This record gives sequence, structure tokens and C-alpha cells, in this order.
Amino acid sequence: MATETITAEEALAVHGAEAAGPGMPQLDVSSFPNQIFWLLVTLGVIYFVLSRFALPRIGAVLAERAGTITNDIAAAEELRHRAREAETAYDKALADARAEANRIVAETKAQIQADLDAEIEKADAQIAAKTAESQAAIDEIRESAARNVSEVARDVAREIVAAFGADADAAKVDAAVDAKLGERA
Amino acid sequence: MATEAVALVEGEEPGGLVFHPFDQFEIKPLFGEIGDPVSWYTISNATFWMAMAALCVIGLLVIGTRGRAVIPSRVQSAAELVYGFVYKMVEDVTGKEGLKYFPWIMTLFLFILFSNYLGLLPLAFTPTSHIAVTAVLALGVFITVTVIGFVKNGMAFLGLFWMKEAPLFLRPVIAIIEVISYFVRPVSHSIRLAGNLVAGHAMIKVFAGFAAIAALSPLSVVAITAIYGLEVLVAGIQAYVFTILTCIYLKDALHPSH
Repeated sequence: MATETITAEEALAVHGAEAAGPGMPQLDVSSFPNQIFWLLVTLGVIYFVLSRFALPRIGAVLAERAGTITNDIAAAEELRHRAREAETAYDKALADARAEANRIVAETKAQIQADLDAEIEKADAQIAAKTAESQAAIDEIRESAARNVSEVARDVAREIVAAFGADADAAKVDAAVDAKLGERA
Repeated sequence: MATEAVALVEGEEPGGLVFHPFDQFEIKPLFGEIGDPVSWYTISNATFWMAMAALCVIGLLVIGTRGRAVIPSRVQSAAELVYGFVYKMVEDVTGKEGLKYFPWIMTLFLFILFSNYLGLLPLAFTPTSHIAVTAVLALGVFITVTVIGFVKNGMAFLGLFWMKEAPLFLRPVIAIIEVISYFVRPVSHSIRLAGNLVAGHAMIKVFAGFAAIAALSPLSVVAITAIYGLEVLVAGIQAYVFTILTCIYLKDALHPSH
């Protein structure tokens, strides 16, 4: 410690004194009481401070940290659980919505199909009615045409007979023409 | 420290190598003249460095943890590390019932650790290099452990020396050996610690003495550096060894059956 201040002679003197006594300062019994006394004081102070302040404090801090970590892990577990529940609910809602959409699509399709069928039926009925009407008109036209033919044939036959100068009986001519037409019909 | 004295002596006697490896262990009064008597209450260099060790302990474990933070500062983290290290050691070796003595073991560990490391500072004095100190520590452990052994187990504590696994005719012989080894414990316990520190510190001084020869001085510096590195290891390891041996002796007292 203080060796910087001592002179060479003093260093030699100390060395000489030491050489005269026991070789190692460790074996100098005269210094033992001093060391032992101060050692006990130091140990007492350290023990007092440790047992009274330091160790309970550090123990409490460590316990608190362990508690905090445990709580945080529990909270994280809880949150994860909740997240999983939310995910399940979301999936379920999605599936429900999809099923609902499918149902609506199917319903709409069926509705449209029914409307379509009804319209087609109606149109078919109208077409059938129109066809029947047209058929009737055509039949009438054909009948009237056939009647006109026999009339024209009678007139022509009468005129021809008259042109030939024969005074033909009109009724006879008509009968003859009808007979001829009837043969052909 | 001896190096300055060596240099001064060198000036007086050029060419001669003078070693003072043990000057560093001298107990001197902190105040007053060299050579003043050192009585039991004198504030000596030993007092000063023991007080420094105590202050370091308080600085690390009390001031360092004053924040009581759940997320620790660096110093608090170091304090918790030391706490956890010794706590686990006590728990692992002695079991749950040994935890009652944890503050006592922690005191020993921290005092030895800081004394050893502070002793590595240049010009410092190392209290744990003195057999008087380590003997008190070891005897304290020895007496405490023996008392605990008898208080906890009564006469059954003597079962520690009676090997029930051994053949009957060997048991008395083993018992004698066990008793001798039991009483040698404080001796080896104290001399191991002081001896390691004295050897390392003295070796550094011897290498420092060789620095007086110019040609050898670079080698001397390298050697001092290497020994110093070794001493850093030894300082920690010896504190650990002293502590774990204390735990083992305590375990013997708590569970004397082998």
C-alpha cells in the first residue's frame, strides 16, 4: 500500500525484520487477532445485510418474475383459446352463409324453371289455339272453293249447252255436272 | 506491494536480483508509520480490503437491486445470477432443508469471491491469502456443521463414521479413518484456499523480480500476464470450491447416513 513513500533503507529494514522473524507474514501470530477480529466484523456485516435486505429482496423479485411469467403464459393460453373459438365461429358462419347461398340459388332456379314451364305451356296453348283457328279457316276456304267449283262448272256447262243450241233442261245439266264432279271427288 | 521495493533495492545494489514475494502479505496499519504495532482493533490493510469486499457485496446485492425490477438492470441481473448460482448449489447438494443456511453460505461465498478478486488489483492486499482468515472461515464451517449434525440427529450423527455397507470387521477401521478425515476437513478446507492464493500471488512477484534483468523482462511480462490470467480463474474457482465443500459438509450433517 504505502510502499511508494518508504525509502530504500526502510525497505531493507522491513525485509531484515521479516527475515529475522517467521518467513511468511501468514505465520506471524501477532497479526492474527487483528485479522480475526476484522474478519468477524466483516462477516457479521455481510451476513446482516444479506439476511436482512439483499436476499429477501432478490428472492421476492425472482418470485414476482416467476409469477408474472406464469400469469402471462396463462393469459396467452387464454387468448389463444379465444382466438381458436373465434376461428371456429367464423368457419361455422362461413359454412352457414355458403349453405344459405346455395339454398337461395336452388330456390331461385326452381322458381325460374316453374315460371318458364308455365310460360311455355301458355305459349303452347296459344299456338295450338291459333293452329286450330287457322285450320278452321283453311277448311272453310277449301269448302267454299269446292262449292264455287261446282257452281262454276254448272254455269259453264249450262252456257256450253246453250251455246250448242240445245235447249237443255237446267236441272238435268246440273245433275250431270254433279255426277261428273262426284266421280272425280 | 513488493515491486517498488525491489526497484529501490535494485538502485542500491545494481546487478543483484532481489525477491520480495511475501511483502505483499504483510499486515500493516492503514494509518500511521510502518512498523507500528498491529493490535486487534488497529485498522490495518486487512481491515481496509475486507471492508472493500463487504462494500462490493452491498453494492452488488443491495444497491444493484434497489430497482426491484421485474425486468432487471445489468447489475441486478448479475446479483440474481449470483443468488441463483449459490441457491441452486445449496439446494442441489443439501436438499430443501439446507436452504435455511443459505444466507450463511452466501456470506462465505461472496466474502471469499470479492476478497479474491479485489486481491488481484495491483497494490491490493488479499485477506483470503492469510491462514488466520481461512482458518476462521473453515473452523466456523466445521464447528457449525458439527453442532447442526448433533442437534438435528443426536447421537445418530455418529452414523456418519459407521459404514453400514462395509463388512463388520472392517467397520471399526473405517470408522477411525472417517474420524481422522473428518477432523482433517477444516485443515484442508482452509489451507486449500490460502495456499492457492499465496502461491499465485507470490509467483507473480517472483516473475516481477526477474524483470530487473533487461533481457528477461519481456518474458517476465508475458509470464506475469499468463499467471494473472490463471489467478483470475483460481480466484473464482477457489471461492466456488470452498462454498461447495461447505455445502457437502452441511449435507453430511443433515443426512449423516451415507
